[in-house]
Amino acid sequence: MAILKQDEAQALLKKVLSFSKADECEVSLKGREGGNIRYARNAVSTAGDISTITLTINATFGKRTGRTTINEFDDASLEKAVRRAEELAQLAPEDPEYMPLQGPQTFKESITYVPATAAITPDTRAAAVAKSIQVSKDAKLEAAGFLENTTSFDALMNSKGLFAYNTDTDIIFSITTRNQAGTGSGYAARGYNDVSKLDTFTATQIAASKANGSANAKAIEPGKYTVILEPVAAAYMMENMFRGLDARNADEGRSFMSKPGGGNRIGEQLMDEKVTIYSDPFHPELPAATWNSDGQPQEKINWIEKGVVKNLAYSRFWAQKKGVKPVPGPSNIIMEGGTASLDELIKSTERGILVSRLWYIRMVDPQTLLLTGLTRDGTFYIENGVIKHPIKNFRFNESPVIMLNNVEALGKPERTISVESYRSYLIPPMKLRDFTFTSLSDAV
Amino acid sequence: MGFGALMIPSSLLAGNAIDPAQALLEGMDVGMKKQLSDVALTAARAKGATYADVRIGRYLNQFITTREKRVQGISNTESFGVGIRVIANGSWGFAASNVVTKEDIIKTAERAVAVAKANAKITTEPVQLAPQKGFGDVSWKTPIEKNAFEIPVKDKVDLLLKVNDIALQGGANFVNSAIMAVNEQKYFASTDGSYIDQDIHRIYPFFNVTQIDKATGKFQTRRSLSSPVGMGYEYLNAAGNNKVTGVVTRYKDRYDILEDVKNATADVAQKIKAKTVEPGKYDLVLDPSHLWLTIHESVAHPTELDRVLGYEANYAGTSFLTLDKWKSKNFQFGSKLVNIVADKLQPGSLGAVGYDDEGVKCKEWDLIKEGVLVNYQAIRDQAHIIGLKESQGCCYAQSWEDVQFQRMPNVSLKPGTTPLSVDDMIKNVEKGIYIIGDGSFSIDQQRYNFQFGGQLFYEIKDGKIAGMLKDVAYQANTQEFWNSCTAIADKNDYRLGGAFNDGKGQPGQSNAVSHGSSTARFNGVNVINTARKI
Repeated sequence: MAILKQDEAQALLKKVLSFSKADECEVSLKGREGGNIRYARNAVSTAGDISTITLTINATFGKRTGRTTINEFDDASLEKAVRRAEELAQLAPEDPEYMPLQGPQTFKESITYVPATAAITPDTRAAAVAKSIQVSKDAKLEAAGFLENTTSFDALMNSKGLFAYNTDTDIIFSITTRNQAGTGSGYAARGYNDVSKLDTFTATQIAASKANGSANAKAIEPGKYTVILEPVAAAYMMENMFRGLDARNADEGRSFMSKPGGGNRIGEQLMDEKVTIYSDPFHPELPAATWNSDGQPQEKINWIEKGVVKNLAYSRFWAQKKGVKPVPGPSNIIMEGGTASLDELIKSTERGILVSRLWYIRMVDPQTLLLTGLTRDGTFYIENGVIKHPIKNFRFNESPVIMLNNVEALGKPERTISVESYRSYLIPPMKLRDFTFTSLSDAV
Repeated sequence: MGFGALMIPSSLLAGNAIDPAQALLEGMDVGMKKQLSDVALTAARAKGATYADVRIGRYLNQFITTREKRVQGISNTESFGVGIRVIANGSWGFAASNVVTKEDIIKTAERAVAVAKANAKITTEPVQLAPQKGFGDVSWKTPIEKNAFEIPVKDKVDLLLKVNDIALQGGANFVNSAIMAVNEQKYFASTDGSYIDQDIHRIYPFFNVTQIDKATGKFQTRRSLSSPVGMGYEYLNAAGNNKVTGVVTRYKDRYDILEDVKNATADVAQKIKAKTVEPGKYDLVLDPSHLWLTIHESVAHPTELDRVLGYEANYAGTSFLTLDKWKSKNFQFGSKLVNIVADKLQPGSLGAVGYDDEGVKCKEWDLIKEGVLVNYQAIRDQAHIIGLKESQGCCYAQSWEDVQFQRMPNVSLKPGTTPLSVDDMIKNVEKGIYIIGDGSFSIDQQRYNFQFGGQLFYEIKDGKIAGMLKDVAYQANTQEFWNSCTAIADKNDYRLGGAFNDGKGQPGQSNAVSHGSSTARFNGVNVINTARKI
């Protein structure tokens, strides 16, 4: 059993701390159980059922810290691991940035755990996938997909009396359908805490419709176009930006959040005023843990408000150095939008490109956040408010910061997942002008 | 199993309890692993498995990170557990647990069979495994000279802080450096009769130097020209014959981190003042420290058979190298100079092991011969699809808790057979760019269209290096690019590059892989300028 209840986790961590002879000791437990099923060519390819639990020990003498992890939990192993962390600490050089551990904190209880998701069995997964495969077969397409459910817990305790505990459930599903000729491909992705929200049948129907609709795409010239990014494309495009909301990197002059001449961009109008991005662990559509790995409480916080940079994350060390309050990094990411549906955004577009999904996004230049990547699984040309025809995929070179200065309209936010990290976000579809496509790709 | 049982390990095999403290220090005894493996195989068979394999793995990682004068982290991790894979009712099933006791192994084997049987209900084609003879009790070990885990942490920290000091003394504003060391102790057993014990070592020392131009507020970076390798700590002991001199010193088989950081600090200052590139067509001269990544993305990935068949369609993508192109025996992937081999044998490479993770002995085979696509990368349940009688031995799982599947072996460009030095290659280039080190990378899901950056870019004008460039990236179509290969330096220039973290699969897994090449020339490649303003 990899999922320990709060009292079990507390008892185990207390025992580990009782072995500690260090000045300060922080111990954490991470347990995960769940399973996955993967399919391709309309048949299951691999599946697994996984259960793991890991203990991490950070032992500190003065400003010297050693760290070990272990997944054996008898008393002798636990004590050995504590000694090992302490030995490593004695060998470690002093860390001038070491911050003393925090004392007890108050954390609100999160809403991240859903018992129905924790109760999933291999048969549940197989049944959900069977529905998806049937849609694909009926549409004469080949499906490749993945479904994974995870139940996890995290617990943190330190020698100053801090204790934090959280449980979480998560289910993700993604589906790619391709036609037999290899000329059309469609995709859909879903992620929830609550399995009852997952409908593999409907998601596969959407992917199937994209696959059939994207067949026999025409090539158009690369260049600057008005684009409509569906939420799954927009989330992936902005993920690098979300990771960069850090004050230290900005203050040090090596981030898109660095202010020319020194300092960071807090207070600066960096994007269009339609852009508001925030975190809120209690958002019912996207709940998150109420404490971070450092043991700090997570609260609602605005990062970008009406295009103005409102906050950046400050580690406890950097906050002390700069004389400000520590700000934990984002617990989740929510971007405000409007009320328009995707269809309404399309209807309002005279000429543009609908992007269903983006792919293989990598950083080209961290100071401008220039990214490159490609469109995939359904790229369509829009004229006079209707989709005219599918087009061949493009490579783009674009910065999300520049992109978010070119916002024409935002639709209604939807819970979506990043196609690479599988993190969930609440992101609207977005209509953007002057998105830069630099070359054509033959890929389908 | 309940929480109490987790806290107090139950007795093992006929009362022979494993001493966990001993396991922590030395790892489980091979004889015990064999006994536990037999327990797993017997339990799987008893529940109806027609095939089963078991991997008892102990994975040790050490990661030391520093920045400027500070040690950021010293992390030692150990993961120990068992993964059991079975075929039952014609379907695969897999289960894993970190409790390696007789009782739990039986339960894990039963879970694997239950997963297989659940999947079998919706399976139409049963798994077809290429035959594999059992090897009995065998072992393999990376031929290291110095086990990185036995080198005192202090020595590593001192080295990294010295690296940082050289950079700061040289005028860098920031420097990050790190050493990663990996030891996979893997025991594999299968119902074919193999009991394979392997001890695999890898190491990767690296740094990144940053300098900020106060006048413009812009910054430039230069990463180390080291490679992750399948070696011990001896990698950090370079002699004169390990150095490739030229515009900047590069390294072969061994690495001089102190020399490289000094050069990097000078390079990064030069990068700030470098000319921004004029977009257009250039002949590219690509150093092995750069070309490995282009090989990885544009050759190694599209020749993975699972991608070709559609098994990766939902994540990593498919491949333009479809079976009809292979069957035609005349698909001109590249120019006639282009010969590309797959292997898991090259000494010092990340792919080198004795046996893969489904008990197949490792080997070498051709992928591209004189520019023509001749083969793919296949494992046991794929071999029959391309008419092979046996697996090519490239099955891998990143840990005991992940299911093994087809992963990339080393994929390397063979050196030119005609004597040719890099200097002689550059002499013939009128308008070109010489690229050293890997940078930004992106490629489409069928591996047609790619874009690569780099660490160092030198303009070539009329056969001579004319100074440094910046803001360079090149875009090309894979087939056009490899057909534009007009020269490959000879074997004297052959070097390995690679990565610890090639990602594939769902759930995602990392694979460590090397790619060898000599410097090669590609004509008329489209170069873009990546400078922007926000």
